[in-house]
This record gives sequence, structure tokens and C-alpha cells, in this order.
Amino acid sequence: MQDYFHRLASLLDGLLRGREQYKCWLAGEASDFVRFNRSAIRQAGHVRQFHLTLSLLDGLRHAKSTMTLSGRIEDDHPLLERTLSSLRAQLADLPEDPHLLIATQVQSSEHVAASCLPDSSAMIDEVLAAAQGHDLVGIFAAGPVYHGFANSLGQRNWHEKASFHLDWSLYGNGDKAVKSAYAGREWKGDEFRARLALAAERLALMKRDPISIAPGAYRAYLAPAALHEILGMLNWGGVSEKALRTRQSPLRRMREEGVQLHRAVSLTEAAAAGLAPAFQEDGFIKPDRVALFEQGRLAGSLVSPRTAKEYGIETNGADADEAMASLDLAPGDLPMAQALAALDTGIFIGNLWYANFSDRANCCLTGMTRFATFWVEKGEIKAPLNVMRFDDSLFRLLGDKLEGLTCERELLIGSESYGARCTRSALLPGALVSEFRFVL
Amino acid sequence: MSDSIRSLFLRLAPAVDFCSLRLVEESSEYLAVRQDVLQPPSTGIERGAMITIMDGGGCGYAATSDLSEAGLKEAIARARHWAQAGAGRSVVDYSTLALPRQSGVYAGPAAQEASPLPRKNLIELLMRESRACRINARIVDWQAWLQVIDSSQRYLTADGADISQQFRYFTPGLAVTANQGADTQTRSLGGQYSGYCRQGGMEVLEHAGFEGAGRRVAEQALELLAAPNCPSGSMDLLLMPEQMMLQIHESIGHPLELDRILGDERNFAGTSFVTLDMFGHYRYGSELLNVTYDPTRPEQFASYGWDDEGCAAGKAYLIRDGILERPLGGAISQARAGIEGVANSRACSWNRPPIDRMANLNIEPGASSLEGMIKSVERGVLMETNVSWSIDDSRNKFQFGCEYGRLIEDGELKGLVKNPNYRGISATFWCSLKAVGDDSTFQVLGVPYCGKGEPPQAVHVGHASPACLFGNVDVFGGQ
Repeated sequence: MQDYFHRLASLLDGLLRGREQYKCWLAGEASDFVRFNRSAIRQAGHVRQFHLTLSLLDGLRHAKSTMTLSGRIEDDHPLLERTLSSLRAQLADLPEDPHLLIATQVQSSEHVAASCLPDSSAMIDEVLAAAQGHDLVGIFAAGPVYHGFANSLGQRNWHEKASFHLDWSLYGNGDKAVKSAYAGREWKGDEFRARLALAAERLALMKRDPISIAPGAYRAYLAPAALHEILGMLNWGGVSEKALRTRQSPLRRMREEGVQLHRAVSLTEAAAAGLAPAFQEDGFIKPDRVALFEQGRLAGSLVSPRTAKEYGIETNGADADEAMASLDLAPGDLPMAQALAALDTGIFIGNLWYANFSDRANCCLTGMTRFATFWVEKGEIKAPLNVMRFDDSLFRLLGDKLEGLTCERELLIGSESYGARCTRSALLPGALVSEFRFVL
Repeated sequence: MSDSIRSLFLRLAPAVDFCSLRLVEESSEYLAVRQDVLQPPSTGIERGAMITIMDGGGCGYAATSDLSEAGLKEAIARARHWAQAGAGRSVVDYSTLALPRQSGVYAGPAAQEASPLPRKNLIELLMRESRACRINARIVDWQAWLQVIDSSQRYLTADGADISQQFRYFTPGLAVTANQGADTQTRSLGGQYSGYCRQGGMEVLEHAGFEGAGRRVAEQALELLAAPNCPSGSMDLLLMPEQMMLQIHESIGHPLELDRILGDERNFAGTSFVTLDMFGHYRYGSELLNVTYDPTRPEQFASYGWDDEGCAAGKAYLIRDGILERPLGGAISQARAGIEGVANSRACSWNRPPIDRMANLNIEPGASSLEGMIKSVERGVLMETNVSWSIDDSRNKFQFGCEYGRLIEDGELKGLVKNPNYRGISATFWCSLKAVGDDSTFQVLGVPYCGKGEPPQAVHVGHASPACLFGNVDVFGGQ
């Protein structure tokens, strides 16, 4: 695919006129998807797709077009020519763009992690065999994902990674379930079976009679996946510089009023440690790390090239949506094995679900408990908890109510493959809080 | 072009129990003006096909953007491979399914017309509304946008089905943010997710009240800054259509999706508090509640002639006089559940397989005027335009927030309130429905991005609703 992409770029080089420039971004994949319900196959198939976003620039005038490519140069060449002609015709009607920032420093790169996966069918055979006797539901995705950038200055970036991601739940009675995942570049059947066995062990706890609690504030331990549901909301205009500048960010009070979180909270966008490409769609290179929270203070934000130009500041290679692709929350000093003991009496929350802002100005979030969530007494799991709605502020939860973060962290791989395979990831610990407000 | 694909497909289709090809070709344009600056204009050309094969009891698919003979051959081989891999190990024996083999043509409003106004004129329109937003220094951000998608779809089976459908999806939007001190308020035209989306041409802008919206919406954003917070307590709640569409979507639409009830979505989107044994007798809401799946309003966002499994679409009651009648389930889910559904098996594009989706899900108008509903309220709040939504994985416990609220006291509309929120439980909330607005309160709206499925898909959904009045709802404001 890399050769094909370079041939596309060469074609584009030859199609430019006068002072025209181009930049282009390729997203492609050849993915197997197998969906399970009740330990049987619900849907199974393959998706092979390539999308190229081509921008034509003439001075400060520019327009872009995203097209589906066949992956065959002889078929795609005429489409490229037509698209470039169409973009050229558009430019005449467009005003100059005062917020256009062009990557002028040529920084080419290549990262190729070719597939060392067995045939997907073999992995599916192992999943189905191990799942017999359980009620397993979920999705398996595997295959290579490609991203490329090229421009008329000669910059070429290529990122190719083959991986698998199995994201599944084991169900017990009713809506009681344990959610798990197994992802990587090398499939190890023994490791999958061990994870399945662990999930089954936890599910046994979920089979106890569930209890309901009254709305109110409770001590709580948020497992990494639950904490991720909360921190992930900062991707809805939280750490975005544009949202901060236009006073729409829920972190506005941290920047303008000096509101601080607990000193243990240090959040980073860690491109070097993530799965996403280290370059973005305009050709800017992402720094290895961008500090967002440092010891509880808002230390930075994600600045796209467009925002940088608009406000006269430096970009840090953020994507246009100014969202974290490789979230990294520093560990604390609470051993995960002691989390239940430290919780004492309260709620162990395995997962949260469907969070949304209930009061952006105060960074208040609402959402639901889901999957493995238990009532704990004196450090012992007593019973699964029927789902509860929370409504609380991040400023409290990770502020004066935070008692500790675990020293172990978990790597969570994004499964939100809308339109294309997701490359987002999060590395984060669990969190112990003295109060978590439940309202329904 | 699609005729040559048809010939190729019919020549290449293997001898299996069932083989279909679904071709999607789309061209799109997105224009936006933010703070009087044209954002990079974007066009799109989407083209690809999905092959589906059922054989030996299994079902497999393969989607490809390579529509050459070699590309289709490879897709057929891969779909066949996955069908074989699923034989005897699938949630249903696909050899027992009987999908229809229908043929026909459907074209939505403006689908066969030339492009709307020249791009230059559309940009000028957006620029005009953007400039009109800047009425005060407290307006800190504003944006106006339009998206037009022309979509052609062709569904073929190797044994005779041939369905061609064309659509034009038109999505306008505008949002204005005002700030003063610690308070930031955003007001929009139909919601920040473009609730005035419809099928059709420039008439969609007229329906949305797009011209003149810039100043109007900006004024409302400023008014919200000056308003007190919504009061808290149990009271009457009058929901206008811009919020009703979200209420319908989350707490009727998703729980009635048959694939959720069958458990397919339990790892991601969730399950449902509705179970198969409820259909035919369960009281979902008060006797004023009538809910229809209605793909027959041509202008609504998710109207179509056939779904993506080739089933003909027609209006059906899901809830009649408050009683649950049928789910939102396509042919495959219906066969699995042994229950009658509707033609709503849909995919977001050529690269995802169809699953049960909402399409158009509407509340039928009632007999109450807006004035009459307001007059009947001793103490309550009118809420409009969704801004926050959250509901549990069984689609029961919900909490929703709106952009705009008005107090109602002693039968009269009073002052504006900001940050209006409410929460409840689906299974009881709809039974608190006290009045349903008449035709004069009815609006056709939609949701451009409804997410669901593994791998996830975002599809177009339509919702039409009158204003509705609920009693004893837990209402609250911001901090």
C-alpha cells in the first residue's frame, strides 16, 4: 500500500499548475469483523476501503475533497484528475482563508508494523471454542490499518499497523455482565483463554442477588475503564484550545479562575506511546507528549494548526477536533490489589456508560454505572449493584474528593470504529474517591 | 455506471443459497462559516459495494471500494468464506430465512434535481447569517453550516431483485455562544446536531427558518445569559418538538429495536427493558401515546422505499393508544424472534452491514392546542432543543438537558430559564403523558448521526412530533 500511496502522490505532483500546492491524507484498511451474540456468530465479514482527502491550495485559497479509492492506480488516476480539476474550479469562487496554516517544514516518516496475525478464522475458532458454556457477546476486528500523508513540498509520512481487537462481554442473569478486551499484534490463544476465565470468575460474583441503593453520595472506586468514561468527555471540547478560547470548554474555570484538581492528577496526550499515527492530516508532526494537567493544574491544551493561526499561537500538531488520541494519566501509589480494602464500604465501579455534560460551566457530568459494579462492605464485594445514575463534577471527583490513583495502569484500545477502525487508546489507573454523587 | 456493476455482479455471482450486492454512490458538500470566516469547503465522493452471501446456513459479507471485476471477485470469495465459517455456528440458520426479491425505483424529494443554489450563493447566505450573529461583544463564537448529500443506492440479488433508490439529504444548522463572566450559553437552530435536517432541496432552509436565524438565535443566547437557572422540583413539563425528538429517540426508539431485545447490542449500545413477551399488551404510555414507524413522509430524513435487505417499507403503529404493538426489527430479526416488525434493516453506507435502526419514528398528533396545554399547567416548565442526553443501557433511567426553558405559572408562560434539565424512567415517564399537541404543534425533524452497532455505524434518523405535556417530572437547573 505504501508504494501505491507514493505513486498517487507522484501523480498529484505532476498534475499541479503554477503556484498550486496540494496536501493529501490517506486512510485505509483491510479488516475482518466478526460479531458475536450468545457465543455464536451474528455477523461476519470483511471491509476493504481506502479514502483520500485531497486539498488543493493556491495562496490562501483552498478546498478539499474526500474520495473513495479502489486501491488500483489505473482506476484511481482518472478520479484524481477529475477531483483536482473540480477543486481548481472551486478556488476561483472562494475568499482567502486567514486561518490557513501550512506545514512548510518537510518532516517525512515511516512506521510499518506488518501483520504477524494468523488467519482471522483461526482466531474465531478459538474464541467460539472457549466461549462454549458462556453467553459471550462482542466484536472481533483484525487486519492492517494504513495512514499516509503527502504534500507537494515532498513530505511523505506512512503509518501501517496490523492488529486485532476483541472486545467482549460475558453475561450472567439479566443485564449483569462483565466486560473485557484482548488486543494486540500477536494472537496468543492461552492469553485469551486466561482473560476469558478471569471474566467468568468475576461473573460468578454478578450472579449474586443484586441490590439497589438510594440516591446520595458514596465512597467509590472507579476502575480504569470507568475513569476513562469520565476523562474521555474532555474530548468533547474540554482540552481543545478553541473551546477554551471561546469559553465553551468545561475546563474554562481551570484556566480563568485557577480551579485546580488534586496534585496526583497529571494528564498527557502521549502520541509516542499511542497507536495513532504521529502525524496529522495537515502534515504537522505530533510531539511525543503534550502536558494537559500537571499536578492538578491545567498545563496545556491541544492546538490544531487552524486554531494556532487564528489566535497567533504555536500548534502542537493536534487533529482538527483537538481531541486526545493517546490519553495518558499518570499512575498514583495505591496498589490495585488494595483498592477494595482502601474503599472499605462503598461502590466498586467497573464501567460507566453514556456520560454527558449536565452543567458544562462547572464540569458536571451525568452518566450510568454499567457491567461489573458492586456494593462493597469492609473491603469485600457483597453484591452486584443495579444500575445507578451519577451526576457530579470532575472538579470534585478528581479534586478534593480524590483519595488516590492506583500504581498499576490499564491500556484501553478504542473500539469506536465509526466508518473506519479506531486508533485511539488510553493508559490510565483506577481512582478512589471519597464521594461520588448518585441521583437516580 | 450501476448498470455495468449489475452485469458484472450477475455474471460473477456464485451458485449459493443467496447472494446480493448493495452499491452506494454518494456525492456530498459541506460548507460552514465560523465567525464570518469561510471554513475549508469540503466535498466528498463515496463509492463502494457490499456483497452478502448466505450458504449452508451461514452468512458472510465483504465490502469493497474496488468495483473492478477483480475487486468484486475477491469480495465474493471473502463473503463466501465468512458464510462458510458461520455455517452451524451462527445465531440463526440463515438457510431458513426467506428474504424478499423485489424490484422497483424510489426517488425522494429533489433527489433527481440539479444541485441546489450555486456554491457562491450558498456561501453568501451562510456569511449573511454569520454576520447577523455578531450583535454584542458577549457573543463569543458563532457558526452557520449546510451539508448536502446526494445518494444513489442499488440493491441486487443474483436471482432477480433490483431496487434503485435516490435521496437528497439537506442539513442546515446554526449555533451561537454567548459568555458573561462564569456563564456561557449556547443557543442553536434546531439543536447543535442539526435537527432541521430533511430530504429535499432549498425548501428545507425555509422550513428551518434559516434566513434571519442568525440574529434571532444570537438574541436568544444573550437572553439566556440574563435568565435565572431553571427551578428544581417535581412539576409539569411541556416538551416542544425539538426536545421531543430526542425523548422519542432515546426512550422509545432504541428500546424497541429488536436486535437490542435479542441481545446483539449488549456489549456496546446496550440491551432493552422491553422483552419479547411485552408485545401486544404492555402499557408503554398513557392512552394518548401513538407512535409510528413512518417511512412514507417523503420529506422526512429517513424515508425510503425499501430497507437494505430489500424489504418494502410502509407505515406501521408500534404503540397504539399507549399499548406496545410491534418492535423495530427487520426481516432477519423478525425471523429470529418470531414476531412481526418493520422494514428497518439499514446500513450507514456500503462498508457496514445492515442492522435494526429507527428510520422515521414519530408521535402522531393529538387534540390539544399549545395554548390549551399551557393553560392547564399550574406550575411547570416548557423546554426546547436538546443539549445533553444520557440514558442507561436498558434505555430506562434517563437525564436530558435543553438549551432553552420558559416557566409556566397559573396557566401562563412566564420568564426564560437557563440550564433546564429533567430526569426520569422510560417505563413510567410515558405513562405521565397528560396531553398531546395537535397538528399546529407538529414538526418534522431529524437526527443526522445516530450511533449503534459493532462495528459502530452512524445513520440518518427522522423524528416528527407534536408538543407533549407530562405531569410530575423531576426538573432541575444548573449549579
